[in-house]
Amino acid sequence: MSRFVPEIGPRFDALLRANGIEPFAALSTDASALAIPHATTCVAIRSSEGVVIAGDRRATSGNLISHREMDKVMQADMYSAVAIAGAAGTAMEMVKLFQLQIEHYEKVEGQSLSLEGKANQLSLFVRNNLPAAMQGLMVVPIFAGYEPASKSSHIWAYDATGGRYEEKDFVATGSGMLHASTTIRLGWKSSLTLEAAVTLACRALWQAADADSATGGFDAVRGIYPSVATINARGFSFVQDSELSPVFAALSEEAKNA
Amino acid sequence: MSMPYYVSPEQMMQDRADYARKGIARGRSLIALQYDNGIVLVAENPSSTLRKISEIYDRIAFAGVGKYSEFDQLRVAGVRAADLKGYQFSRQDVDARSLANQYAQLIATTFTHEVKPLEIEILVVEVGATQESDRLYRIMYDGTVLDEQHSAVIGGESDEMKTRVAGAKPSDELKFSIKTAVAALSGQSRTLAASDLEVAVLERGSQRRCFRRLTDVEVAQLLSA
Repeated sequence: MSRFVPEIGPRFDALLRANGIEPFAALSTDASALAIPHATTCVAIRSSEGVVIAGDRRATSGNLISHREMDKVMQADMYSAVAIAGAAGTAMEMVKLFQLQIEHYEKVEGQSLSLEGKANQLSLFVRNNLPAAMQGLMVVPIFAGYEPASKSSHIWAYDATGGRYEEKDFVATGSGMLHASTTIRLGWKSSLTLEAAVTLACRALWQAADADSATGGFDAVRGIYPSVATINARGFSFVQDSELSPVFAALSEEAKNA
Repeated sequence: MSMPYYVSPEQMMQDRADYARKGIARGRSLIALQYDNGIVLVAENPSSTLRKISEIYDRIAFAGVGKYSEFDQLRVAGVRAADLKGYQFSRQDVDARSLANQYAQLIATTFTHEVKPLEIEILVVEVGATQESDRLYRIMYDGTVLDEQHSAVIGGESDEMKTRVAGAKPSDELKFSIKTAVAALSGQSRTLAASDLEVAVLERGSQRRCFRRLTDVEVAQLLSA
């Protein structure tokens, strides 16, 4: 019977390897010579009612804009989401693997991974990508989730080695992270409502786009808004453009009057 | 020198089939019925942690009767095959027919080559975009695949059960389908409570993952509705 089920447990990356597919590209040369799209600024903010996770929409290859409508905020499962900065192709593949890993585990084991377990799993994936990161294909995600059992939300920042840091208030990643996190630091308070946290995330991305050329701003001409999502007791949901439109209208007005 | 006993191939297969059938007959039956908005699977199972019915993929469910350890290994093998295929190609390329064939190969090979056949019977069901594209595959202990229409039954008294659910129609509402299945499982002399049942549905709809377990509370409500 054991030939039906080789001893690899509920791990999707191990399943891929058992079938001759290496999930993480091993490079022998420097990839920085390639013009590979890079994704930039993402933030996550904890509020009293849940967590907000947001990212701009721009991907750049050197000084060129390669995509204007990239989605860097992705739902991981019903109660968690991941946002990515770094080499876009590698990052997308990592998120796809991560989503599949969570679902695969749930189906094989008959129950979901804990939120901490998911954060840890993502950390392993980032660590596995370290050889590629050393060659220029760095991926630095942030992870946010809500745990229905304890009614609490959690956010994590990562570094390229897979270092995993849980933060109490907010996290940011990508080229615009300095401007974004400074903006959040000035506006953050523990009594923040979810709605106020959405506004603060938008403001942070606005400031990052204002000062960092690799971060895309609100594109009024094409009607492109950053991706903003909330996770609370009701689960994950994207904030609709129609709800973001007044927030960015107010930010535009503020900039005009400054 | 002692001579090994000669056993004719017919006799060997017959003995294995009898052995497998005896093992399966010890357990309770499991019923799958088409209803107006999907497929419902109903099993008699007092345990709420050792499952007979589970999710394989977005639109595909698995159900097994017989020896738990054996069909559970097949379930895991199915999840792996489906997730791997979906990763390499596309989620829409994962289908019940291909999965049923893989199961049939595994089970048939075990039946002919191993000392002990699998004492199991399984169902692989898929909810389609329309009722016409729903699929119910019943796979027996020797690898025989049956493409069932509207309803499928596995387990000890499957022939008897099949006649008991003959009245079920694909146009029935969920509560009627569950009532029909529960009446068939319990028979004349017994009554089954929600806590004795394991019920799950594959709901036709726009959501990606169609599989959903019904809680005891939901089942009790549907049975009394």
